[in-house]
Amino acid sequence: MSNPPQRERSATIGFYFRFLSAGVIFGILLVKSEVISWFRIQEMFRLQSFHMFGVIGSAVFVGIISILIIKKLRLRTLDGEPIHFVPRRFHKGNVIGGLIFGFGWALTGACPGPLYAQIGTGALVVFVTLLSAVVGTWLYGYFQSKLPH
Amino acid sequence: MSDLIETLSKPWPWYISGPLIGLTVPALLLLGNKSFGISSTLRHVCAMCVPAKIPFFQYNWRSELWNLFFVLGIFFGGVFAALFLGGTDEVVIDENLEAELLSYGINNFSALVPADLFNFEVLFSLKGFVLMVVGGVLVGFGTRYAGGCTSGHSITGISMLQPASVIATVCFMAGGFFCANLIVPIVLSW
Repeated sequence: MSNPPQRERSATIGFYFRFLSAGVIFGILLVKSEVISWFRIQEMFRLQSFHMFGVIGSAVFVGIISILIIKKLRLRTLDGEPIHFVPRRFHKGNVIGGLIFGFGWALTGACPGPLYAQIGTGALVVFVTLLSAVVGTWLYGYFQSKLPH
Repeated sequence: MSDLIETLSKPWPWYISGPLIGLTVPALLLLGNKSFGISSTLRHVCAMCVPAKIPFFQYNWRSELWNLFFVLGIFFGGVFAALFLGGTDEVVIDENLEAELLSYGINNFSALVPADLFNFEVLFSLKGFVLMVVGGVLVGFGTRYAGGCTSGHSITGISMLQPASVIATVCFMAGGFFCANLIVPIVLSW
């Protein structure tokens, strides 16, 4: 894995609570921004609304700027550790897997993050979708060596 | 206070929610040098539960527990938003889409996820099976094969100016455009 080995002290409840809290905020954000809406995804792919493009576009914009700031100011983590960036190397999976995911995204109206939020809002049947996604990932792992990369 | 809750209960515009979503990238980095990317949690669940001696699942998933807590938080965030910030307005959708959906018998627009499609009854029909099970498998298979989903590639990857992530995102969109316009209508008409 890309992350450096964990020190013992970071594996505390407090450490994980940070990410649980961040997740709660993110979940609220996903719901209120309607990113988790199957309807909005259909609109996006039919070019019937700017909304989703606006969300993703502005998110990327803010992401780019924040990473520039982190690099320029050499910001460190809350625990004082330096921040590393792991580059992503291109492989054929980016294309083939990307297309396959796009298919799934249009059918389910959700990418992985929204699935968790949808279940939280009460669409319990989406748990089946999530389980299917886990199965899909498992199948990828099973066939990985036979797939073009 | 009730005015604030009422305002927050309306759908948030993209220029507010988009930047906030973008801030998740630096937030996770600052919280602990973690890279924002949700589809990897599907892999961690496999590694935790059913590794089956498959090489892809042989790694120290415990070091990625933070992400499982993150998505657990997403679940709770969904609960919170639905309970307290739900709002009672119907989802306002494009009139062309509405007309198309009505022609398939979908007329319940009261929730973000169409109740006419995503329920246990429809799950046991071919339509439901394709939308939820086949769709889900494609999401899980495709995201890991691509090495990320919209959070990992489109937001984090492009924020890091990675060409691989731009290519992946283009393919996400291409696949989605093709499927939503050519395949989804067929499935919905079943």
